[in-house]
Amino acid sequence: MAEPLSPPRLLPSGDSAITVEFSRTIDDAANRRVLALDRVIAAEPIAGITETVPTYRSLLVHYDPVQITFDALGEQLLARAAKAPPTESGTRRWRIPITYGGEHGIDLEDVAKALQTTPDDIVARHAAGDYRVAMIGFTPGWSYLSGLDKFLHIPRRKEPRLVTPAGTISIGGIQTGVQCLAGPSGWHLLGRTPVRTYQLHRDPTFLLEPGDAVSFTAVDTKTFAEQDRAAEAGAFVAELVTP
Amino acid sequence: MSKLVVTSIGPASSVQDGGRPGSQRYGLTPSGAMDRLSLAAANTLVGNEPFAAAVEIGPFGATFTARGGAVRVGLAGASRNADIGGRPVAFDSSATLADGETLNLGFARGGSFSYLAIEHGIEGEPMFGSLAVNARAGLGSPYPRPLQSGDELKTKAASGAAERRIELPAATDAPIRIVFGPQDDEFAEENKKLFLDSEWKISATSDRMGYRLEGAVIKHRDGHNIVSDGTVNGSIQVPGNGQPIVLMPDRGTSGGYPKIATVITADLGRFAQTSAGRPFRFKAVTMAEAQTEAIKFHALLHSLSDRLRGIDDFGLNIEALRDANVAGQAVSAVDVSTWQVALP
Repeated sequence: MAEPLSPPRLLPSGDSAITVEFSRTIDDAANRRVLALDRVIAAEPIAGITETVPTYRSLLVHYDPVQITFDALGEQLLARAAKAPPTESGTRRWRIPITYGGEHGIDLEDVAKALQTTPDDIVARHAAGDYRVAMIGFTPGWSYLSGLDKFLHIPRRKEPRLVTPAGTISIGGIQTGVQCLAGPSGWHLLGRTPVRTYQLHRDPTFLLEPGDAVSFTAVDTKTFAEQDRAAEAGAFVAELVTP
Repeated sequence: MSKLVVTSIGPASSVQDGGRPGSQRYGLTPSGAMDRLSLAAANTLVGNEPFAAAVEIGPFGATFTARGGAVRVGLAGASRNADIGGRPVAFDSSATLADGETLNLGFARGGSFSYLAIEHGIEGEPMFGSLAVNARAGLGSPYPRPLQSGDELKTKAASGAAERRIELPAATDAPIRIVFGPQDDEFAEENKKLFLDSEWKISATSDRMGYRLEGAVIKHRDGHNIVSDGTVNGSIQVPGNGQPIVLMPDRGTSGGYPKIATVITADLGRFAQTSAGRPFRFKAVTMAEAQTEAIKFHALLHSLSDRLRGIDDFGLNIEALRDANVAGQAVSAVDVSTWQVALP
C-alpha cells in the first residue's frame, strides 16, 4: 500500500497565481508529484487556469481572478493533488549527443581535479546517468535534470560567467542541465550538445517536456560539428527512444 | 503603404503588446508592456485592440517621421513635451502626422514609459502570437531588439478619423499595494514590518527584467538560497544583500531567491511608471481586496472606449500649450481638469 500523501501547501503568488508547494528542498518524490498534478490538470482542466509552470518542488498555477477566486481554485487544486498518482506511464526518453571536454567543456579538467579523479571518470559517470527533466526555466529551453551521480555533486562556481555557449551541458550543486541559448551561468561546463531544446521555426519549438527521461551519448567533435549543422537546419539530432 | 520611421530614440524603447504568456513551462518569459493600462489607452485612441503592439518609449526623448503617407498615432503613459512639426500635441490623445512630418517627444515626466500606438497597428510577424520584443530570446517583430534610429514601423495609411482624447482615472501617489507570499515565511515578522514601514526608491540600474529597490535591508530567517520556483510579474524577491528586486515582464520564469510579496495586478503599471529615485511605500492588502481590485482593473481595461471624448480645442490645448511652455504662467493658473470636465 502506498503511504498517504501529505497535502501540498497553497502559497499566494499575487492575485493571479498560486504556488502549489510539495517540498521546500530538491526532492525527486516531490518533483514527481508536481508533474503528476500538472498532468491531472491537463487532463481535467479547471476553468480560469491560464497556464501551469512545473518546477522542482512546486507547480505555479496562473489563473484569471475574474473567473475564479484564490479560495475556490485552491480547493480544486487540493482535490486534484490528492488523487494525482505520482506514476509515469508512457514517459518519453531522449538520447542526447554530447561532446565532452576540450573547447566545448572547458571546466572538465578542473572538475576532475576538484573531485580528485580523472576527466575520463567524470565523463563516464556523467554519460552513464539516467536523468529526468525536473523543470525548464530561466531562459527558453534551459532544462534542469535530476538524477546526477552523487559523486558529481559540486558547489557552483564562485564567480558566475556572464556568457556560456549555446548547447552547454553543465553541472552545479546536485543538478545537471542542458542550456539552449548562450547566457550567464555559474555552473561547471562539461560539454556541449548540438541539440536545440528550443528552436523558433521548428515543430515542436520546444523539444523537451518536464518529466521526459534523458540519457547522454558521448560523440567526438567531428560528429558534433556535423550534427550541429543538421540541427541548425531543423533536425532534432536528439533520438527519441520511447515510446 | 505608410510607415513611421524612428528618426531618433533612447534606450529601453521597444515594440511591446500584451505579451506571449503560455510557454512559461519552457522557460519563455511573457514580456509585454510594462504599463498595460497606458498601452491599452494608446491603442484605444486610434481604434486598435487594447493589447495590440505599440512602441514603448523609455525615459529619454524620441522622434518619429511619417513616410509614404499620413500616420495616425495615439499617445499615452508618462507625459512629455510633444509636437508635430511645431504644433503642440497632448498626451492621452490621438494626432495625425502628414507625410513627411515629424513627431518630437521630450523626456518622460512623472513616469518612465510612454506608449505610441499606430492606427491599424504595426506590421510584423507574430512569434507565439506576439510582436513583443524579448531581446534575450531573440524574439520580437519587426525587430527582435530595442528600437534604433532608422528602424521603420510599417502600417496602413491614416483613416482621417476625427482625433480623440481619453479620460483616464486620476493619477495617484498612493502606496503600491502588495499581498504577502509566496515565501514571506522565510522572513521574521519584524522584517515584514520593516518592508512595509520603509521608504523605497527604484535604482537607476533597473530594467525590463527587474526593478532593484534601495532602502532598508530585509534579512532572511535562514539564508537566501531557496530551490528555484516559478515567478510572476510583480514578484518581490530578496537576494542575499537584502535589497529587494521586483520582477518585471522580461523576468526569468523561475528564480532562486525567497519572494516576500507580490505587487497586485491593478498596481503593476503604476509601479512600473515609478521614476528612479522617487520615494514610495508598499501597503499590504488581503487576497480578497487584491482580487476585487484585479476584477475592477480588468473591467477598466476592457471599457476604455467608453472614455473616449472628442478633441476640444480648449480642453486639449491648454495642457499642450502649458507643456510646450508657449503661453507661460498665464495658462497654468487655470484648473485644466475642471475645464475638461465642464466642456461637452
